[in-house]
Amino acid sequence: MHIPDGFLSAPVWLSLDLAALPAVAYVARRAQSEAPENQIPLLGAMGAFVFAAQMINFPVGAGTSGHLLGSALLALVLGPAAACVVMTAILMIQALVFQDGGVLALGANTFNMSLAGVAAGYLPWRLWGAAQWRKFAVFAGGMLSVLVGAALAFTELWFSGVPMPRPLLVLSGGLFLLAGAIEGGITLAVFQAVERMNRSWVRDPRTFPLIPQAAVTAAAAILAMVGVLAASAAPDILESFSRAIGLGGKERALVATPFGGYEAEFIRSSWLSKATAGLAGLVAVVLCVWAWGRFLARRRNA
Amino acid sequence: MHHFVVDHWSQSDSPLHRRDARAKLFVLVATLLAVATAPAQFQWTGVGLAAPILAGFLIARIPLGAALLRGLVVLPFTATFALISYVGGDVERAAALLWKSYLSGLAVLLAVSTTPFPHFLRAAEWWGTPSFLVTVIQFVYRYLFVISEQVQHMRMAAACRGSGGRGWLFQRDHVAAAAGAVSVLFSRSMARAEGIHRAMIARGFRGHILTLDSPRFGWLDVVFAVAAAGGLIALRIVLGRVS
Amino acid sequence: MHPLIEVRNLRYSYDDGSAALNGVDFELFAGETVAILGPNGAGKTTFVLQIAGLLTGGGEVRVCGLPVTGANLAEIRRRVGIVFQDPDEQLFMPTVLDDVAFGLLNLGLDRQTARQSAMRSLEQVGMAGAAHKAPYHLSSGEKRRVAIAGVLAMNPEILILDEPTTHLDPPGRSALLRLLLDLPQAKLVVTHEAGFAAASARRAVFFERGKIVASGTVPQILAQFAWGEPGAVQRQP
Repeated sequence: MHIPDGFLSAPVWLSLDLAALPAVAYVARRAQSEAPENQIPLLGAMGAFVFAAQMINFPVGAGTSGHLLGSALLALVLGPAAACVVMTAILMIQALVFQDGGVLALGANTFNMSLAGVAAGYLPWRLWGAAQWRKFAVFAGGMLSVLVGAALAFTELWFSGVPMPRPLLVLSGGLFLLAGAIEGGITLAVFQAVERMNRSWVRDPRTFPLIPQAAVTAAAAILAMVGVLAASAAPDILESFSRAIGLGGKERALVATPFGGYEAEFIRSSWLSKATAGLAGLVAVVLCVWAWGRFLARRRNA
Repeated sequence: MHHFVVDHWSQSDSPLHRRDARAKLFVLVATLLAVATAPAQFQWTGVGLAAPILAGFLIARIPLGAALLRGLVVLPFTATFALISYVGGDVERAAALLWKSYLSGLAVLLAVSTTPFPHFLRAAEWWGTPSFLVTVIQFVYRYLFVISEQVQHMRMAAACRGSGGRGWLFQRDHVAAAAGAVSVLFSRSMARAEGIHRAMIARGFRGHILTLDSPRFGWLDVVFAVAAAGGLIALRIVLGRVS
Repeated sequence: MHPLIEVRNLRYSYDDGSAALNGVDFELFAGETVAILGPNGAGKTTFVLQIAGLLTGGGEVRVCGLPVTGANLAEIRRRVGIVFQDPDEQLFMPTVLDDVAFGLLNLGLDRQTARQSAMRSLEQVGMAGAAHKAPYHLSSGEKRRVAIAGVLAMNPEILILDEPTTHLDPPGRSALLRLLLDLPQAKLVVTHEAGFAAASARRAVFFERGKIVASGTVPQILAQFAWGEPGAVQRQP
C-alpha cells in the first residue's frame, strides 16, 4: 500500500503533502502535550516493535501468510494522536531507509495509513470498546484501518490517471478484504495476549471525545478529496502559469502529469461522478460505523 | 538486513559523505521533483536523469551493483501497474512508471547511504519537520537495530523447533505461535521503554531532549546545494525541450 | 565520619502488593566499595534504584545527608550515578558523544562546555575515538564503558553499577575492574560474580528475600553462603 514516487500526478501528491503538513504538526503537538516526559521512550519502543512485528509471518493457509500493519494496535495502546506520530515515524523510516514508499508521496501515504488509517482503526474501539462488543471492536478497527487506507490509495492513483481496469479493481478489492480480515485477526490476537499480560497497557476507550474526532476525520478526508479534485480539474491554470514564467514547451507543462493531456480531459469530463464515488465510499463507511454504534448504544440502554 | 547495509554505507567517507546533510536533503528533493515532473519518454529523459544519480554512487564509492539491486524494492508494486498499462497498449506509460519509481528510489538511497541517519533527521528538522516527530523517529531508528536482531534470534529459535511446516490448511497452532511471538516482542518493548525512561530521568531529563550543535554550513556545501539542484533542474528542462 | 548513604528500615512493595524490600538497614562511607550479593529476585536492583532516587518507598533513606523524597530527587539523581544492567537502555541517543553530553545539557551547561566535558569523560574511559559512532556499532564492553562515561560526566559522589560484568569476556572484565579501581567515588557493585566482587570491593552485604541477612568482608560472605566458583573460595587463606 506504500505508493512509490512516479505514480501520483503532481496535483495529487502536492495537495496531499500540503494537507498532511499541518495535520502532522497538529498531531505531534497533541501527542506531546498529552504526556511529554515518558512518551518518547514509549513511542520509540512501540515504533520499533511495529517494525519488528511486521517481520513476523502469520500463516493463513494455502501457502500464504499475512503480517501486521499495526495502525489499529498502536491506536489501542497509545491513543490516536500518539499512534499517528508513531505511524508517521514508521512511514518516514520506510520511505527514507528502506525506499518503501516515495518521499514526495509521503503526504499521501501518511494521510492514508497514518492519519486516516489510525483514525479508522480507533473509531470502533471508541464506540464499542467499553461494552461487551470489545472483541468485535478490535477486529473491526484492524479491518477498517486496512480498508480505508487501501481505498484512499486507490482513489489517489485513480485521480492520477493510473489505469484501473475492472478486473484489477475486483481482484484488489478481494485482496484488501482478505488483508483487512487478517489485520483484524492479528490485532485481536495480539490485543488479547497483551491484555492478559497487563490490563493497564490498553487505552480506556472513553478518554477521547467522540464527535470531534469523527468529525475531524470525516472533514479531513472530504477536504483532501475536494482539494485533490480541484487541483486536478485545473491543470490549465498550472499550464498557463508555467508558460508565463517561460518554462513551458509546446504542449509540455512544467507540472506535467505522468500521463499528459489525456488525464486532464478524463478528469474534467467526469469529475463530478468521480467525486461522488470516492467521497461516497468514505462517508458511507464512517456513517455506517457511527449509526451501528448508536443503534447498539440505544439497545444497551433500553 | 537492508538497514544494516545502508547504515554501513553511510559510515564511510567520500566527497558526498562530507557534505552537510541539509544540502543533501535539498538536492534530493530537487532530484525527485525533476524526475516526477519529467515527461515520460525514457530514451532521453530517463537516461539523462539517471546519469547524475549513478555518478553520485560512484563518487560516494558505494558498490554500484549492490545499490542498483537494492533499488529494485519498488518493483513488485510498480510492475503490476506497468504490466496493466502495457497490456492496455500504452507502452510509454508502462515504461514511465518503471523508470520514474526506480530512479526516485535510487535517489533516496543515494542520499541516505551518504549520510548517517541521525544527521539526515536533524536536516529534516532544520527544514521544518516537527521536533517531537523527529525525536520519535530517532528513537525508533535507534531501537530498530536492537529489536530486529531479537526477531532474527526468535526466527532462528522457532526454526530450530520445526516451525517451517508448509500446510495447505489453516493451522491454528502456527497462528497462535506467531501471535505469541508478537506479544513477547511487545512486552519486551514495554519493559525497554520503562528502562529507557528510568535512564533518562536518572540523568536529569525534564521533558525536552537537548542536543549538541549541528555543524555549520560551509561554503562548499552551499556551492554543492546550488550547483547540484540547479544543474538537475536545468537538465530536466533541457531534456523536456529536447524530447 | 558521616555516612554518604544511610538506610533505615527501607520497605518497598510492588503494585500487586508483594514485598520487594522488607526492612533494610545499610550504610556507605566515602571512598568505600561495597559488593551487593544475593540470588535473583532478592531485591538488589530495587534497593539500588531507591538509593539512586528512581523509586521511593517507606522507611528512611538519606543520600549525602538529604532524605530521598520529592524535592530532593533532582539533586540526589545528580549525586548518585547509576550504570544500568542493560547498556542498550542507557545509551539511547544517536551517537556516543550525544549520549555522554545528555546529562550535562540537562544540568544546564552550554553546548561548548558540555561537548568538552563529554570528551574528557570519554577519554577517562578510553572511548574518545568512538565519539561520533552510533551505539549499536559498539561491543558490549564498549557500550558499558560509554555508559560509565555518561554517568561520570555528571560528577557524582556515589557510583552504582548493576551487574556490570554481564556480556563481558575476561579481558573486558579486567579492563572494567582496572577502570573501577581508579575511580575515587564510593561505589556499590551489584554482582553475581564472586571473583569480580572479591577484586573490586572489600565489604559485602548479602540480600535474601528483601532483607540484608549478612554483612562482612567479601571473602567472609562468599564463604558463608558458598557463593561462587569453588576455586576462588578455596584460594582464601
